[in-house]
Amino acid sequence: MTSISGASVPELERTARRIRRHIVRMTTEANSGHPGGSLSSTDILTALYFRLLRHDPKKPTWPERDRFIMSKGHASPAMYSVLAEAGYFPTEELMTFRKLGSRLQGHNIMGLPPGVEMSAGALGMGLSFSLGLALAGRMDKLDYRVYCLLSDGDCNEGQTWEAAAAASHYRVDTLTAIVDYNHIQNDGFSDYTHFAQRDGHRQRPGGWVGDEGHTVNILSLQPLADRWRAFGWNVQEVNGHEFTEIIDALEQAKEHKEQPSVVICQTTKGKGVSFMENNPAFHGKAATKEQLEQALKELAD
Amino acid sequence: MVKEVRTAATREALGPTLVKLAQKGLDIVVVDADLGVSTSAIKFGKEFPDRFITVGVTEQNMIGVAAGLAACGKIAFASSFAVFMPGHCFDQVRMAVAQPNLNVKLVASHSGIVTGEDGASAQALEDLSLMLSLPNFRVIVPADVVQAEQAIEAAASNDGPFYIRTTRPKVPVIYDNGHRFELGKWDMLRTGSDVTVIAIGVLLQAALDAADLLAREDVNCRVLNAASLKPADTEAMLAAATETGAIVTAEDHQIHGGLGSLVAQTVARHKPVPIAFLGMQDRYGTSGRWDELLEHFHLTPQAIAEAAREVLSRKSS
Repeated sequence: MTSISGASVPELERTARRIRRHIVRMTTEANSGHPGGSLSSTDILTALYFRLLRHDPKKPTWPERDRFIMSKGHASPAMYSVLAEAGYFPTEELMTFRKLGSRLQGHNIMGLPPGVEMSAGALGMGLSFSLGLALAGRMDKLDYRVYCLLSDGDCNEGQTWEAAAAASHYRVDTLTAIVDYNHIQNDGFSDYTHFAQRDGHRQRPGGWVGDEGHTVNILSLQPLADRWRAFGWNVQEVNGHEFTEIIDALEQAKEHKEQPSVVICQTTKGKGVSFMENNPAFHGKAATKEQLEQALKELAD
Repeated sequence: MVKEVRTAATREALGPTLVKLAQKGLDIVVVDADLGVSTSAIKFGKEFPDRFITVGVTEQNMIGVAAGLAACGKIAFASSFAVFMPGHCFDQVRMAVAQPNLNVKLVASHSGIVTGEDGASAQALEDLSLMLSLPNFRVIVPADVVQAEQAIEAAASNDGPFYIRTTRPKVPVIYDNGHRFELGKWDMLRTGSDVTVIAIGVLLQAALDAADLLAREDVNCRVLNAASLKPADTEAMLAAATETGAIVTAEDHQIHGGLGSLVAQTVARHKPVPIAFLGMQDRYGTSGRWDELLEHFHLTPQAIAEAAREVLSRKSS
């Protein structure tokens, strides 16, 4: 029943570039939105919707579909762009993003448009909801899988770890969490990974405000893989911009039994646009019209 | 409305009613955050182990799991104490249940000062204010165990989110088994033309006793049970304002944002009359036996009767 499947890696790469162009265009058109975290998750979403998910854009409520839950609801430009590219609605509608009367609100709203599986925007809620979907599948003897995309901020939230504990407690092996681990959040850097002047500051406990006005070391998630392992999860770590690595890890997760799986994707915030990459300023800010021209040049085929 | 001597707690209705409804074929699931013994949800777990999800003391997670189950077509019940649900998980209730209008039913026990000896920390006095603020939610405060059972049945058979507020102590059963709870309908348990007392929960019995006290003074007191707080019975409210010209509201809840606010908002718009507001007067509770606490905080038949006399004195002749 998969309407879109088996896209080759070069095809996936072309699709991802189109999605990135949508993301920068629609956020600049809206003069707001979250391009950075949308661009970091683009390759993950492309791999899911064009290679891995069992879904049908013509039947968005098909009971046997795989579910994709975007816990990081601020990355709605990526969600909408991948759904439009997959055929859930016309790509022209993307330019209505964040405008009065549009279905495409600033953060994801369930069912708007059909294909958006959960309302989100307050971080930390996605994994519990995904667990509920997976448990319902078990009760109904349906073999669909549930994928939940988490951000750095999602992994700050206590609710995510409540859900992590409950999912392994129930041995829900149809659930896969994916961490879009870009090490940057709203105020700045979640740890020292992308902070250029990190040496000399590592001894400092806790977070602090750097000269550029960003917070550094907001709340380190490290060691992230060990944390998930301690919660009873099957853990893999991959490069979140390499399709073969993403696909192999998610295929391995499908085969893994008696435990939920997590794939920690090392990603780059703002991936694909030089001036947005690893730049906290573009977490929640759109490119100017001039910057958009530059971005589109860099994202051209 | 035959008065029986038997007493029961409204919280006792949950487990047995869910068992009955599931046996009838309703696709009910229950998510429990380690208070199933107290809320009686555990009785469902005993009968339907595969539909009873124990998530531990994780109220936020419990709401998310319930929402996910509901998104797949289940009638998802979550139960806890009212201080923890909605108190501990209001954002999850707002975003995972209310906004997407999912079929999740929250049954919260241990509401109000009648929670008793556990003290201020355990006495939810703000839950109605929170829950009435959420679009899509229906909010029900059963007055006794019979009505609680009916309210749970109504929640299970009407699609969309419900909040049902139950309580800990055994209190007199007011309704007989023939009672049929109706959404948006406030029962008139006493007719009257001088003043109306509108009460919810444990204070309905106090309101009935207050009407008896007032009758001795030839004051004809109407009593309404506002169990269906949302949707409210605007017609009954305005009839009370028009026909009796004075209203007393009585609730085991903060006076802000609950029954009193709801009545005042409607009456002020359509038919302004004097109103007195009985409830917790912007303060916290304390430890004590539940009936002692009602005395201590002036939520008694005598206090309601006194408030009725006071609004009567303000009534324009």
